[in-house]
Amino acid sequence: MKEKIRVGCGAGFSGDRLDPAVILVEHGELDYLVLECLAERTIALAQKRKLQNPQAGYDPLLERRIELLLEPLLRKRVKLITNMGAANPQAAAGKIIEIAKRKKLQVKVAAVVGDDVLTSIDPTAPTLETSQPLVTHGSLISANAYMGVEGILEALQTNADIIITGRVADPSLFVAPMMHAFGWTEQNYDLLGKGTVLGHLLECAGQLTGGYYADPGKKDVPDMAHLGHPFVDVQADGSGMLGKVKGTGGLINLDTVKEQLLYEVVNPHAYYTPDVIADFTSVKLMQHAQDEVKVMGGAGQSKPNTLKVSVGYQAGYLGEGEITYAGTNAVGRATLAGEIVKERLRSVLPDLRIDLIGQNSVHGNAFHRNEPYEVRLRVATKTSDASLAALVGEEVEALYTNGPGGGGGVRKYVHETIGIVSTLIDRQLVKPQIIVKTS
Amino acid sequence: MKLYDIAHSRAGDKGNTLTLSLIPYKESDYSMLCEKVTAEKVKAHLKEIIKGEVVRYELPNIASLLFVCQQALSTGVTTSWVMDAHGKTLSYALLEMEI
Repeated sequence: MKEKIRVGCGAGFSGDRLDPAVILVEHGELDYLVLECLAERTIALAQKRKLQNPQAGYDPLLERRIELLLEPLLRKRVKLITNMGAANPQAAAGKIIEIAKRKKLQVKVAAVVGDDVLTSIDPTAPTLETSQPLVTHGSLISANAYMGVEGILEALQTNADIIITGRVADPSLFVAPMMHAFGWTEQNYDLLGKGTVLGHLLECAGQLTGGYYADPGKKDVPDMAHLGHPFVDVQADGSGMLGKVKGTGGLINLDTVKEQLLYEVVNPHAYYTPDVIADFTSVKLMQHAQDEVKVMGGAGQSKPNTLKVSVGYQAGYLGEGEITYAGTNAVGRATLAGEIVKERLRSVLPDLRIDLIGQNSVHGNAFHRNEPYEVRLRVATKTSDASLAALVGEEVEALYTNGPGGGGGVRKYVHETIGIVSTLIDRQLVKPQIIVKTS
Repeated sequence: MKLYDIAHSRAGDKGNTLTLSLIPYKESDYSMLCEKVTAEKVKAHLKEIIKGEVVRYELPNIASLLFVCQQALSTGVTTSWVMDAHGKTLSYALLEMEI
């Protein structure tokens, strides 16, 4: 058994920067690298790609990340654990093998599957958010159960160099290597709770090291263009020391850690994952040195009998159009432009969202100040019909020659919308399996 | 004085639920924030945005508060038609509160 492991997190979402993970592997003296790349909606989008091409459906940046990381990972003997498999971990593993063969590198990849429950889910099961049956929301595209550590643990036992999963609870990506290294069992709830705290802190990568924190003059963060991503030195007792590679940008202090500890937490007394119901309220933090914060406490008592399932459904189209006005009476002209579009579309799209970007588009009118010098009109609609959605942009564009004076910079968009709702499934019905491939 | 002067915040989302942390720069200001920034006050301050209940959690070990706000993200991130569907900017709306 080890006394300490170092786990780094080199990506906190699918579109995250590529270089911080490379720096972590080259200079971080890591045991494990985690790349967390799967948001709620990402997997539904990936499922749609897989339907069109059975070899697709994994993370769109998988190849670019692996091209950069594979050789240093193997040279430095750092194991990679990632959910970049998205809707198709098996095909993702195949792609990694293909890259390894081309680079003449020996690699063992384990894909963890079993989260896809679209065919086994009951479409009349109640939705957690609305209590209505799932099918009432729209045509179902995907259903993925949040799996816990089980599949990753089995994959770690095969001594795979890379473990690639689909939907797994984010903290489980971190807790599994801790269990593997320290011999924690699935009933060591207190330790799993502590590990979950550390996993939760790391899972958004740069959000722990000064990213999403800076406010110039108030909360200054050095060298954000080269923000270092975090690692944690985990002890066998579940305590951890957060750090980052020396010379990288960003900072780790009590404030950055507190912001991330509470991020997206809906009940700090009971943070649910498939592995444990964790308590975050007993966490204590101590600044140990510059850019080093010690994390103590955290707890857990049991695990849930059900797993959360993220269900993607066809939710129609979002149509948007934008145009900018500037100078004296900019707000007056933008307001008139919005009224014109509303009147033009009243019979076909009675429900339009009208925003003045720069004035009221994100916080409403409650905090209104002086009029801005320039303002951007945004008109949006939600509809089941793609051509109706496009009408909004067309009408905004037509303001060029038919609307108020001085409008410029029109952009128009139509996006297909995938909605996500949740339901619960008996955990006995979800069986993780692993598929091992070697180059 | 605005909350912005003495505290910072990060917004998070889960479906149609918005989470807002409130963290004083000086831990000694924590008890004052507990007294002044109640769940009711946050709900009233963000009444244009939060349509549901607001629950406040106290975390004395890290001298921070957490507000969990229901029905705050216009049907939820994935189907919302607003500009900031995640409500990521709303941390700074909280910090506009005068105390």
